[in-house]
Amino acid sequence: MISQKTIINAVRDLCIKANLELRPDVVKALGSALKKENTPGAKRLLSILLENCSIAKNDRIPICQDTGMAVVFVELGQNAKIQGSLSSAINKGVAAGYKNGFLRKSIVSDPLLRKNTGTNTPAVIYYDLLPGRSIKLTVLPKGFGSENKSKLYMLNPTAGYKEIVNSVLQAVKEAGPDACPPYVVGVGIGGDAAKACYLAKKALTKPVGFNAEKPHFRIMAKEILLKGNKFKIGPLGAGGKPTLLGVNILSMATHIAGLPVAVNISCHALRSATAVIPSTRG
Amino acid sequence: MSCTAVCDRSNPKYQRLMELMRQVFLPITEKVIFSLKAGEQVLLSGKLITGRDQVHLRFTEALKKRRKLPVTIKGQTIYYVGPSPAKPGEIIGACGPTTGRRMDAFSPLLIKNGLKAMIGKGGRGEEVVAAIKRFKGIYFISVGGAGAYLAKRVKSSEVIAYPELGPEAVFQLTVFDFPVIVAIDCEGRSIFN
Repeated sequence: MISQKTIINAVRDLCIKANLELRPDVVKALGSALKKENTPGAKRLLSILLENCSIAKNDRIPICQDTGMAVVFVELGQNAKIQGSLSSAINKGVAAGYKNGFLRKSIVSDPLLRKNTGTNTPAVIYYDLLPGRSIKLTVLPKGFGSENKSKLYMLNPTAGYKEIVNSVLQAVKEAGPDACPPYVVGVGIGGDAAKACYLAKKALTKPVGFNAEKPHFRIMAKEILLKGNKFKIGPLGAGGKPTLLGVNILSMATHIAGLPVAVNISCHALRSATAVIPSTRG
Repeated sequence: MSCTAVCDRSNPKYQRLMELMRQVFLPITEKVIFSLKAGEQVLLSGKLITGRDQVHLRFTEALKKRRKLPVTIKGQTIYYVGPSPAKPGEIIGACGPTTGRRMDAFSPLLIKNGLKAMIGKGGRGEEVVAAIKRFKGIYFISVGGAGAYLAKRVKSSEVIAYPELGPEAVFQLTVFDFPVIVAIDCEGRSIFN
C-alpha cells in the first residue's frame, strides 16, 4: 500500500526541486549556446542566465518568480495500491511544496472571478495507466509567459511534412521576444485536438536533444531547430544566435480527415523533476 | 557560485560581466531619457514601483473616474513583476520581469499621466510605442527568467498599495546595478524591429 504521506512528500519535493534546480540537460544547452555566441550583448545575457541557475540552486531561490501552474504527469501502474485519493494527495503535495519552498502562488480559483487560492492548487494532473505496481510522477511547473504562446493547428491530412514544419516555425515567430527565448519547443502531432496539446506539453518533459522517437520526426525536429535559429531572436529577444535550445516531438495515430499539430513553447527555464514511487507489499 | 560573486563589485567576474555598462539613476530624468538609445545595456540604481495586470486595470479605472491613485506615477518607473515570497531574513524572492505586451491596453493612459519608464520583457504594441514617442518615455527589458539573479540586486522592498493582491501588489523597490536593455527609446526606435 502506498500511503498518502509518501505521495504528498514526493510531490512536495519535486515542486521544490524543479523550481530551484534547473534540469542538467537545460543547463548544458544554455552552456553550449554561450560557447557558440560571439555578440557581447547576447553573451552577457546568457552568462546572467547561467549564473541565475547557480544562485537559485545554492541560495535556494526560485529560478524564476513565475513558479508556474503545477502540471503533474502521473504514470500509474494499474496494480498499484494507494491509500485514499491520489488526486487529493498530489494537490496536498503541491500546496506543501509551494508553501515550504517559498514559491509563488499563482493560481486563481475561477478564470473570471480571479481569486487567488493561496496554495497554488489545484494542479493540472494527467493520468496514464500502465502495467505494473509503481507510480511515476513528473512535476512540470509551467510559467504562463510561455504558456500563453501555445498553438493548435488543425491541418489537412494532405498537408505533409513541410506544412507541419512551417506551422511550428510560425508559432515560434509569433512568440517572438515575449516568452523568454531561447525556447524549448514541445510539439504534439496526431491524436485529436486535446491529445495533440497534451503530447506537446509532455514532450517538454523529455530531455533537450531527445528530438523524437521515430526517425522521420527526428529529422523534422532537427530541421525546425535549424530553421528556428535563423530567426536570430536571441536571448530575451535582444538578438543573437540562439532562438531555440531544442525541439521535442511526440506523435500518435490520428484520423483520416485530419492532422493535428500542437505547439507548447517553454522559456529557457524549462523546469521539471521526476520521481518513481515503488510498490510496497501489504 | 555564491551570491557574493554577483553582488560584490570588487569580484573580477562581476566586473567582467558588468564592464562597459552605463549607470542610470532613478528617478530617471528627461535628460537621461533623451540620451538613451535602443539596444543600450544599462544598470539601474534607485527607487521604482512595481505593478502588473491587476494594478494596471485598477490604475486605469481610477484615472477614468478621475479618482486619485494610491501612488504617484508622475516621473515614475514601473517594473512589471510579481515576486515570489521572500524567505525569512531575505529582502525579496525571485523577481524577474513579466511580459510587457499584456500591459499594452493600459500603458498609453499611464504614460499620458506622467509615467516615464517601464521595465518588462518582450515587445510592445504600436500604441505604446506612439505614446512613448509622444510623451518622451522609455521601455526597458530586463533579464526574463533570471529571477534569483535579479533578487540579489534589490536592496529594499515594501508593499505600498493593494496588499490584498499578494504578489501582484504595488511594491516600492530600491534596486542597484539592475541590468536592463533599452528596448524602445524616446524616439520610438525598438530593438525588436
